[in-house]
Amino acid sequence: MNLLGRQTWKFQNNVYLNAAGTAVGPMESEGPLGSYFDKTYNSLHCGQKNWELAERQLMEDAIDACLQKAKMQPEDINFLLAGDLLNQIVSANYTARGNGIPFLGVFGACSTSMESLALGAALVDGGYANRVIAAVSSHNATAERQFRYPTEYGGQKPDTATFTVTGAGAALVSKEISDIKITSATVGKVVDLGIKDPFDMGSAMAPAAADTIAAHFKEMNVQPEEYDLIATGDLSGVGAPIMKMLLKEQGYDVSDNHRDCGLMIYRPDQQVFAGGSGCACSAVVTYGYILDEIRKGNLKKVLMVATGALLNPVMVQQKETIPTVAHGVVLERAEGGQ
Amino acid sequence: MATKEEQQAYAKKIKPIQPKPPYVLNCVKAFLVGGLICLIGQAIQKFYMTYFNFSEETAGNPTVATLILIAALLTGLGVYDKIGQFAGAGSVVPVTGFSNAVTSAALEHKSEGLVLGVATNLFKLAGAVIVFGAVAAYIFGMIRYIFQHVI
Repeated sequence: MNLLGRQTWKFQNNVYLNAAGTAVGPMESEGPLGSYFDKTYNSLHCGQKNWELAERQLMEDAIDACLQKAKMQPEDINFLLAGDLLNQIVSANYTARGNGIPFLGVFGACSTSMESLALGAALVDGGYANRVIAAVSSHNATAERQFRYPTEYGGQKPDTATFTVTGAGAALVSKEISDIKITSATVGKVVDLGIKDPFDMGSAMAPAAADTIAAHFKEMNVQPEEYDLIATGDLSGVGAPIMKMLLKEQGYDVSDNHRDCGLMIYRPDQQVFAGGSGCACSAVVTYGYILDEIRKGNLKKVLMVATGALLNPVMVQQKETIPTVAHGVVLERAEGGQ
Repeated sequence: MATKEEQQAYAKKIKPIQPKPPYVLNCVKAFLVGGLICLIGQAIQKFYMTYFNFSEETAGNPTVATLILIAALLTGLGVYDKIGQFAGAGSVVPVTGFSNAVTSAALEHKSEGLVLGVATNLFKLAGAVIVFGAVAAYIFGMIRYIFQHVI
């Protein structure tokens, strides 16, 4: 049975993550994980004339890097599953226009990284695709414009705010044997506990992350200790402790093996408020750093949970609260390709 | 969907974890930076009065124009948003904040062209200030008229 419980997929036919590519902006390349990224830019413009083009460039670079590592051409890929944070997921649409890979657009805000990876793995496992690329991007300046104020506007942000990661990540999924296996995925439900503040998305997303992680443990019938690392996407310094508290209430202690990508990608002295956010936050940390650690053997089994605040500025102005969702994917080291 | 009680319980539960905004420190910073901007304005006014043929009253307009220009330049150079993060209301409330709101919107929408980008979005943030400024001026003008001529 491929479905465990209500919302967890257990992939029956060996599905592998063959290669991944990452591209990041200046702040991320100066961060502690800077050396793990394939392509780095020292300007937010990434050599383009506006922010939207810069974000598209990042996504194209990430996919190019991924294809290059897999020694493949766009023609070798069946489907591109991609998304980003902008209206109508424009970065993904225009990237797909460029490379000509049959395209399925996905949106789950910052959870899109694992949403696209889980869907890609399901397509491959079910025999509906041989090779799928899952890709996401986010850009600090395009996100500011989309969700907040103009980039140069001098409004003060509170310490609970997060800083959108500029970058993109892409991963190739297929049945061709490699050293990283995608073994299961848990699809999250939309959770909303009434947070209205768009400058406090950590508090808004923590219950969604806790809900998905608890559902994963229950349906897989495992304990947190089973995982070397349980990583969340962008809960930041505010959301991460809340999530741990919520899980503890349900009897799961993840304090020893949990890390948040939003806190991993920047140094503490970088001016990023509570931490990093955006689809690229979980994507570049997973596809850059975490995969590398699995390959080296430092990590054997990782539950990666990408968290998304399904924020819409119009809805927030209409006094609606912020719905959130989290999707988890399990990545395992495949010893000798098994 | 969570009930109102669940939402309230959650808000209460996470309160100790959420960092509290440093209100007092923010007020002090806003006071100092806002005051500094006014001090600079005062110096500019003095400059126009000393070196040009302006009276205390007529020096107001060129002073405001100069402050607006300085703030616009600082916005374009990417400095004003950093001042704003430090000073909060201290750099939003003075006329320099208005200048920043207009200039930042213009810069942001430059990529969509001069008419539909810059011109259309120029007062996206500052428009509310103009609307309520005009409404307030109208109301207070009426009150003043009533007091002077009717009563």
